[in-house]
Amino acid sequence: MKLLTHNMLTSHVKGVTKGYPLLIKATEVKVNEVEFNPKFVCRMIPKLEWSALVQAADQLGHRDDLPRELVPDFEKNEDFLKKVHRVLLEVEVIEGCLKCPESGREFPISRGIPNMLLNEDEA
Amino acid sequence: MDSDVVNNVKCAARRSKEDKKVLKKQLKASFTLLKHEGISTASHPTKSLVVANGGLGNGVSREDLLTCLEHYGDVESLLMPPQKPYAFVTFRSEDGARKAHAQLNGQKLQSGENSVTLYLSYVDSVKHKEEAVVHFPEGLTLVEDFVSPQEEAVLLAAVDWSTSNEAQKALKHRKVKHYGFEFRYDNNNVDKDKPLPAGLPDECLPVLQRCLLDGHINVLPDQLTVNQYEAGQGIPPHVDTHSAFEDTILSLSLGAKAVMEFRHPDGRAVPVVLPERSLLVMKGESRYLWTHGITPRKFDLVPAGEPQSSADSEADLSSHSGLTLSRRGTRTSFTFRKIRQEPCCCAFPSACDSQGGTSPNPSSPPSLPCCHADATRLEEEYVHRVYDSIASHFSSTRHTPWPRVCHFLSSLPPGSVLADVGCGNGKYLGVNPKLISVGCDRSGALVQICAERGFNVFVSDALSVPLRTASCDACISIAVIHHFSTQERRLAAVRELVRLLKPGGQALIYVWAYEQEYNKQKSKYLKEQNKQHNGGRSKDLPEGSQDVHEEPSILTAANQSGGLKDVSNMTEGKLSVHTNRTAFNSQDLLVPWHLKGRKTQGVEEASCRFSSRGEPSLLGSDSSLSSDTTENPDQFLSDRPVPVFHRYYHVFQQGELEELCVQVTGVQVQTSYHDQGNWCVVLTKE
Repeated sequence: MKLLTHNMLTSHVKGVTKGYPLLIKATEVKVNEVEFNPKFVCRMIPKLEWSALVQAADQLGHRDDLPRELVPDFEKNEDFLKKVHRVLLEVEVIEGCLKCPESGREFPISRGIPNMLLNEDEA
Repeated sequence: MDSDVVNNVKCAARRSKEDKKVLKKQLKASFTLLKHEGISTASHPTKSLVVANGGLGNGVSREDLLTCLEHYGDVESLLMPPQKPYAFVTFRSEDGARKAHAQLNGQKLQSGENSVTLYLSYVDSVKHKEEAVVHFPEGLTLVEDFVSPQEEAVLLAAVDWSTSNEAQKALKHRKVKHYGFEFRYDNNNVDKDKPLPAGLPDECLPVLQRCLLDGHINVLPDQLTVNQYEAGQGIPPHVDTHSAFEDTILSLSLGAKAVMEFRHPDGRAVPVVLPERSLLVMKGESRYLWTHGITPRKFDLVPAGEPQSSADSEADLSSHSGLTLSRRGTRTSFTFRKIRQEPCCCAFPSACDSQGGTSPNPSSPPSLPCCHADATRLEEEYVHRVYDSIASHFSSTRHTPWPRVCHFLSSLPPGSVLADVGCGNGKYLGVNPKLISVGCDRSGALVQICAERGFNVFVSDALSVPLRTASCDACISIAVIHHFSTQERRLAAVRELVRLLKPGGQALIYVWAYEQEYNKQKSKYLKEQNKQHNGGRSKDLPEGSQDVHEEPSILTAANQSGGLKDVSNMTEGKLSVHTNRTAFNSQDLLVPWHLKGRKTQGVEEASCRFSSRGEPSLLGSDSSLSSDTTENPDQFLSDRPVPVFHRYYHVFQQGELEELCVQVTGVQVQTSYHDQGNWCVVLTKE
């Protein structure tokens, strides 16, 4: 699971009102090199929940010096875009789980795939 | 602070990583239990515990579990529901339960060849819904100890397996030998004009004379089939061909006991324990209408304790408390039949080949669901499990994206967020690399394929997608919503897609169309029919096709005429099985999938899939008990069985998809069209 996916995922357990962002508990994290496409990263940034990305990167120990606030004029800041590229697309959680911040329900991540299926009584 | 609390605190402090894992699994077990039984685990100690993984369904025998539990205190009762991966124990005192809970939790139990890890939780009460008492099928009689151990030995010695000819030995799942006449498995009949050189062995005569005297038969049989089943072997459910044999069929069980399962076409199933040296007499309805078969497995569920008298045996398997697992031995059956010379004129024409009927389908198709629980069960068995089983073969037939879906994806602005809900093998996730695409599917096996291709994916149900509300610029749902088995659920699936969209966002939905011929054009799906006869099996493209070149006509919501035709064509509410590449005759149906490749694995998966009783193991794969199978009879006869899976579909009539979508508020049907046997809409969120 890349942090891009994590940024979009939310807890959907019945009754939960604040299920975002999901906490990450990782037991295996991998960093894969992915070709840097500044244009793509630029387009992605406005779609992100920035604070959730920073928090997630932090939990994985890959925040480095990613700023808490989105920098202005990031389109021209290649150094910044590279950092975003790295946490969004290169850092990958292989094993672990995602935890709903409200209910505590954990969703397993196995072989890089989050399993977000709910039990019947949770949906 | 009382001492208990102090203890708890100490325990918590000492809790190792291993302990935490145990607790986590327990929690999971509680969830699963809730789902299965409506039982909730108690957080405080009680006299009763649920023992997860300690069930008959995990291959744990009653004796082994009981021995283990009695270690901790007097056991008042041990309830082992059949096929379930758990058991309930009630101790005489809470102390016993506490001890068992403290010391047995997370421990391994060895039962026969099976090793399972037990997880225990307190329960307030052990309630279990009692199943209705099952009666023997009409016309069925079981006579225990019909032959003596001496006679048994003589009969077994009378069979010379070395002289079986090729045709007789060819069966894959058991050894067979015929006397009097040969039963041919190719046409399920006998050559009445070609008696075999060897008549019935003389050793059988005393037994048959006794059958005559006791009134089980009026005339001596002239055909004998001897079947030998090793543990793990079986015979698929079948009705003995009416036109081949007279009414009464005798079956003598020798060597070891087995459970024979009788099934009525209405779905009733009656397991009958056939002890060694017993005689089974099938007459009337039990011979003509009920199928009988032996599930290939190594253990049977049998009443616990000493062999029961025949008077007890009727109710034995219906009460849960006294069941245990019995390891199968080698069972040899002698089936005596009388060749029929005239056509059969029984009272069961539907199952009678002499009267134009067909053999009852071994796996009775399910009914259209009438409640939520039925619907989820149907979809679980006839959609989710099937896709997991056929994932690899399915994926290999799904390589080319449909052009109009690609067109939709290509028209989205770069950087748009796309969710593919029901993404299958991910063939649309890479179509437009300028999109920020995520996919999800209910099938873990298919999602795994996507992940290997480097796509952003997760496992999720389309009715509850774990994506933020209004986070997507576009959603696609290609060939997904037709797998929901009620109108309510199909509507919920559309509503969930719309929830994901930002205002102004678009959703493209494809569902399989009831109308496979549209504007006088046959869909590719129908056209493929001709090819398939020459080129072996079809490619099994279930809906629509890959290379569509003709431009389908554009419809708008406005020109849809209301009122759908009533095309329901089900017999007694049962779903009909669709014949591949023909027009549909019903809107709700089962579509066969012929699994190719990975032969052995396929059969295992098929058996798992068709089992109506094989409960999935509660905590993963601790159990090595072979799963229940109800295979197609002809799979036993050929060397290359092709497992057939059935997927549930609701095929949409013209206008139905649009009618569904307009029920969702805040969305507009922008366009709708027919594309190669699919109905399609583009929705825009307001």
